Amino acid sequence: MRRAAALALAAALAAGCGDDLAGGPDAGPEDCAPPPGDAPQFDLAGPACRSLSSYRFFADGPAQVPAEGVVPYEVNSALFSDHASKHRFLWLPPGASMRYQAEGAFELPVGSVLIKTFGYLADLRDPSAGERLVETRLLVHGEDGWYGLVYLWDEAQADAHLQVAGAVVPVEWIHKDGEPRALDYLVPNTNQCAQCHVSDQVAEPIGVRARHINRDFAYPDGVDNQLAYLTRAGLLTGAPADPDQAPRAAVWDDPTTGTVAERARAWLDINCAHCHSPGGPARTSGLDLRASQEEPARYGVCKPPVAAGGGSGGRQYGIVPGAPDESILVYRLESVEPDVRMPELLRQTVHEESLALVREWIAAMEGSCGAE
Amino acid sequence: MRRPPLAPLILAALAACSSDEAPPCEGPNGPCIELAPSGGDDHGALQTALIEAAPGDVIYLAAGTYEVSQGLSLAVDDVTLRGAGMDETVISFAGQVDGAQGLLVTADGFTAEDLAVMDTAGDGIKVEGGARVIVRRVRVEWSGTPSQDNGAYGLYPVQCTDVLIEDSLVRGASDAGIYVGQSERIVVRRNRVERNVAGIEIENSFDADVFENTATENTGGVLVFNLPGLQVQNGSRTRVFDNEVFDNNWPNFAPEGNIVGKVPQGTGIALLAAHQVELFGNRIADNQTVNAAAISYYMTQLELDDPEYDPFSDTIYIHDNEFSGGGDRASGELGFALLAALNNLEEPPEAVPDIVFDGIMDPDKMDGDGLAAEFNLCIREGGDADFVNLDAEHEFAGVSLDMAPHDCEHPALPAVELDGIDL
Repeated sequence: MRRAAALALAAALAAGCGDDLAGGPDAGPEDCAPPPGDAPQFDLAGPACRSLSSYRFFADGPAQVPAEGVVPYEVNSALFSDHASKHRFLWLPPGASMRYQAEGAFELPVGSVLIKTFGYLADLRDPSAGERLVETRLLVHGEDGWYGLVYLWDEAQADAHLQVAGAVVPVEWIHKDGEPRALDYLVPNTNQCAQCHVSDQVAEPIGVRARHINRDFAYPDGVDNQLAYLTRAGLLTGAPADPDQAPRAAVWDDPTTGTVAERARAWLDINCAHCHSPGGPARTSGLDLRASQEEPARYGVCKPPVAAGGGSGGRQYGIVPGAPDESILVYRLESVEPDVRMPELLRQTVHEESLALVREWIAAMEGSCGAE
Repeated sequence: MRRPPLAPLILAALAACSSDEAPPCEGPNGPCIELAPSGGDDHGALQTALIEAAPGDVIYLAAGTYEVSQGLSLAVDDVTLRGAGMDETVISFAGQVDGAQGLLVTADGFTAEDLAVMDTAGDGIKVEGGARVIVRRVRVEWSGTPSQDNGAYGLYPVQCTDVLIEDSLVRGASDAGIYVGQSERIVVRRNRVERNVAGIEIENSFDADVFENTATENTGGVLVFNLPGLQVQNGSRTRVFDNEVFDNNWPNFAPEGNIVGKVPQGTGIALLAAHQVELFGNRIADNQTVNAAAISYYMTQLELDDPEYDPFSDTIYIHDNEFSGGGDRASGELGFALLAALNNLEEPPEAVPDIVFDGIMDPDKMDGDGLAAEFNLCIREGGDADFVNLDAEHEFAGVSLDMAPHDCEHPALPAVELDGIDL
């Protein structure tokens, strides 16, 4: 079946030579066949659904209102995605639960789906002014491990449709400063899911860890700690009864949650450590940006680059204490060039606010790089 | 126009897209998945083919130029990406807006052959953590005058096992044209590398054979390095033989901060913190700073904070090479250090000697003033190759042209064999 689809695609492409194929139709696998009913469903054995609505994860998809059994959640510090707004949900097969881990990703049962929708608020200052949904990513725990599916919301904002090879979507919004902004938003292809979600050659969730989701959430029936709520709902086992006994990452932009260093490290952890960790794709660089890494040389202090190329910006070390403008880390966060910027995938704008935090953290560091 | 049956339409379209009649392409799974350039952005078409490929598939890119706006990636094992020739099938990334390389492969059994990758924003082809990697008759090139804005590496397997790179051409990389890092069992042969900062670099790797390559007009021709702070380090056992390494006098255009930025313009073969390296049968000529050098990491004057790392070069055997010219215009910080050292001699030579040793040695491997026999730098050159020990350990106080302490030999290293790849 896969082969036939690919050949059909190749034929379609060849037949269309001379045409601009960007954003063209995907080589669609055959469509799924949801069982009757209203309940959310994901059939691991069947083909992926062409339309997001077929999974019935939402009571109201365009409004991102989840169906019963689909639980929304938030993370303490989030990956920066060119100012996109995000809606996160998790769905476990009926009757199943996930197992708490203090450090790594929770153990989710096969058949679980993590759902994350990316959109753009019309006005970042006023969430009530409307939102344009762009894509919904599913991270699915299949029989052979986790894999990603990407659904692209249609112009009418009625439904989202499977998109294998990525897409470019022009978006615009009013920024926090009241100025209009626009960019060509990049939707990842399904391979790129793995480029962030792989550790030790195995795909895994990033956000569903104690330190990221140990926080309050405004549920329809009131504010509650997410670990406590999930436990009470029977979806999580093994978590400490008191959430204060579980790890909790700082909220990078909330000074009440940690020191400048703790918040900068928390931001680097969620934005960088999925690659820059001993099992991550950027392990070859020797740079480890997990918040748990305590050895300064490992998280970049006075560490020479290995394969940075132009990414070094002519600077000698990842972090030079007291000198953000001599630190490669800062140079790469400030850049939007494809071969320089970090994170390297998809980011096209500079996140000024977190950059200021990282600069503040480095500026306050004491010491120097000896050989400088 | 009438609607013809589907199959003839495909064939007609394919024929119309390629300038020549496409050769029949067959892979282990039967006919290849064939693509042709669209004239527009081909990112979607190529990426879809790479995602939907099944193990054993051959993706055939008919002749022509494919404009690709984003980095491509492959995660399926045992896929071959084949073109119609390194001058015929060109994947151009000149308009690339995303992706730190042209093609990123995170799969085993990858083969690329008979195609060119041009003008990537970052690296050309990167293979990360793959087993059985074959790159043959592939050209990676950045157009125009070599620039620090070019990508760092042309062909870039890292943390791979069983790597074969042959008959390829890399031009214009702002770091290394062919760079194999943190890998095991490597054969790099019959390639041409020119106008890169480093032509070929073997870094933190084990069991590499680098032979019958031509490295010219790079800043440095062939480098065998070990760097600190990496998961795989203290690499050893590299043979560099029967290569042509000449006129590597291109000004260094690496962005500062990169280790190759320290390679002096005019370096032939450089060994940095290298262990068990055999250099033989090479023609090494007219590299203006130095034809061949074996040094320690300390010569870089970089911060070093890695107790697991061995910063010294040891167990190097240099024999039966053909040296000529070179050393006549030492450049860069290391070049000036060389000249400073030579000026400590009563009668400094007119040119930097062919073989330079920094004289910084691992105290645990020394016997008296030099390295113990089993770790020594051994040199057996006929003819008139000359030598200097800089004694950098003592600020060049004992600089010496005497080759006698190095008149020794080490057992020949065995030829590298690759698991799963016939050589």
